[in-house]
Amino acid sequence: MMDQTPINLLEIKNLKKTFAISSGLFARPLTLTALENINFTIRQGETLGIVGESGCGKSTLGRCILQLLSPDEGQVLWLGQDLTKLPAEEMRKRRQDLQIIFQDPLASLNPRMTVGEIIADPLRTLRPELKKDERRARVLKTMEAVGLLPEMINRYPHEFSGGQAQRIGIARALITEPKLIVCDEPVSALDVSIQAQILNLLSELKDEFGLTLIFISHNLSVVRHVSDRILVLYLGRIVELATGDEIYEDPKHPYTRALLTAVPIPDPKLARQRNIDALKGEIPSPINPPSGCTFRTRCRFAKPFCAEQRPPLETIEGGRLVACHRWREIEVPEEAVLGV
Amino acid sequence: MKQVLKVEDMSVTFALHESEVHAVREMNFALSEGETLAVVGESGSGKSQAFLAIMGLLAKNGRTGGRAMMGDVNLIGLAPKQLDVYRGKDIAMIFQDPMTSLNPTLRVKTQLAEVLVKHRGFDKGKAVKSAVEMLERVGIPEPAKRANAYPHELSGGMRQRVMIAMALLCQPKILIADEPTTALDVTVQAQMLDLFKTLTDDFGTSLVLITHDLGVVAGVADRMMVMYGGRAVEKGVTDDLFYDPRHPYTLGLLHSTPHIAKRAERLDPIQGLPPSLEHLPKGCSFNPRCAFAFDRCLNERPPLTETGNGREKACFYEGPMTYGKVA
Repeated sequence: MMDQTPINLLEIKNLKKTFAISSGLFARPLTLTALENINFTIRQGETLGIVGESGCGKSTLGRCILQLLSPDEGQVLWLGQDLTKLPAEEMRKRRQDLQIIFQDPLASLNPRMTVGEIIADPLRTLRPELKKDERRARVLKTMEAVGLLPEMINRYPHEFSGGQAQRIGIARALITEPKLIVCDEPVSALDVSIQAQILNLLSELKDEFGLTLIFISHNLSVVRHVSDRILVLYLGRIVELATGDEIYEDPKHPYTRALLTAVPIPDPKLARQRNIDALKGEIPSPINPPSGCTFRTRCRFAKPFCAEQRPPLETIEGGRLVACHRWREIEVPEEAVLGV
Repeated sequence: MKQVLKVEDMSVTFALHESEVHAVREMNFALSEGETLAVVGESGSGKSQAFLAIMGLLAKNGRTGGRAMMGDVNLIGLAPKQLDVYRGKDIAMIFQDPMTSLNPTLRVKTQLAEVLVKHRGFDKGKAVKSAVEMLERVGIPEPAKRANAYPHELSGGMRQRVMIAMALLCQPKILIADEPTTALDVTVQAQMLDLFKTLTDDFGTSLVLITHDLGVVAGVADRMMVMYGGRAVEKGVTDDLFYDPRHPYTLGLLHSTPHIAKRAERLDPIQGLPPSLEHLPKGCSFNPRCAFAFDRCLNERPPLTETGNGREKACFYEGPMTYGKVA
């Protein structure tokens, strides 16, 4: 699927994002660290999955990459150019190359615009030189690519089901001929049969237009299905980054393992045999994260020293990344990976 | 096995301005003690409305026909006051979004204790004590402290546990759970499913699990009922339906579900969209999306028929259904 020498389309360096949380009228605001020490690259033509529990920072990361949120520190290098330093006008032009698809398809479409107007909207700002009929021709071509019928061009979003609405959202992202699309939970709100249609559509479009995708989802089965490499986040930090096969067949981080064994398997016999390594408790508050390794409070391999030092993000064999003090010592029996 | 609920020929209709919509038609099933029945379907299949009807919780324009027998009592047609004798005590329901089912202005313990005071005549002190015990049983850490919290102070997983605790306080015979884990993270979902297993195994509670997620079904359900366009289209033991589906819709759902241990290049989804209940296709409701449909399916509606081994299906097609042909 990838070239021999993949170009690094995007390079994220030391990214940090905090939010100030008000704790009362006169109280000093608390700081919530949503992302910290984020370092990774995205290669041209790949699909990078980002997984983690709610509140782990996966959507914030997607928005920081697109400069919809400004990171506090760090760089977002797009083909070597730092997007965080770009003046607003320059960044607006750059948006042709970087687009986004949202989770709730209906909520992300303006109810007072027709489908044609919604899909053409990015062209009005980004390609103002296009004439009206050129714009219309592009809209129709894009609609065809995503499986919408030409006669739908004058209809309004409320006339569409969730799956059709998501196709409209995809067409709007696609019309600027982007190089990268951030898909933020694009199928989570859809019915199972429709979800599969949209996943297939995304993979067809990726091949047809040579897209690079960042696929954010809490559903590991879906991420496994679409991704070349997978980034696992926990409390705003990278705990593991590896290819899909490596993550699913040989996870190194205890959190990745725990996530995998919790994924429901649509196979009753396997499901019954499974030995679920259920994580105890819930994700701690990012306002007051645990010292040292932030996962230690739920980790069954944690030792006292895990509370003292934060594990560095190490590059290990095959260019994988992992952040765990004990990854070398933890034996993973083969059948234990998925719990079967 | 003792039957705890027997639903016969149940229907649900909603009156609109000038027409009516049939949300559920000809529903029949029995639920045994300690059994988990999964009711599977997509939006608009009628899966939630059927059980809201049994609980007497339909919208004002809804009408229910048929019978839902709990012992000698037909729950359908009972006045709200009469239903309250059974609701919460013998049959309880929990929903996808616990925040909308909990009262945001009352502490958790107040809401829980109310159930016991009302149904079991406990005094306030004893009720609160039992409530805290139940919170501990459903896996809430520091239950005494959490009991003093308001719902918004708890996480989504905790709120769902509070809902389950509330539903279990009177040890109901039947628990209906409508997409109980859909809003939760996988790790918390796994904890909840584990809790459900404990309930049915240790307490003998009968569980109805309404869901669209076949992964969840595979892990916990004894039997399944697949619904489409307001009707049951296939019923049977969970393993039979997963390994040998007889209805093209069941097969299609299975091929649409990504499997974490098997990475297929492409999923093989059902084409088209679920039908609108106001404009159901003629003949079999599934025929426009079905790869095996033939002339008869376009004109005649297949009845739900027994096919042996406790299985039923509503489909005229009898030939083999091979992978890939559903696309």
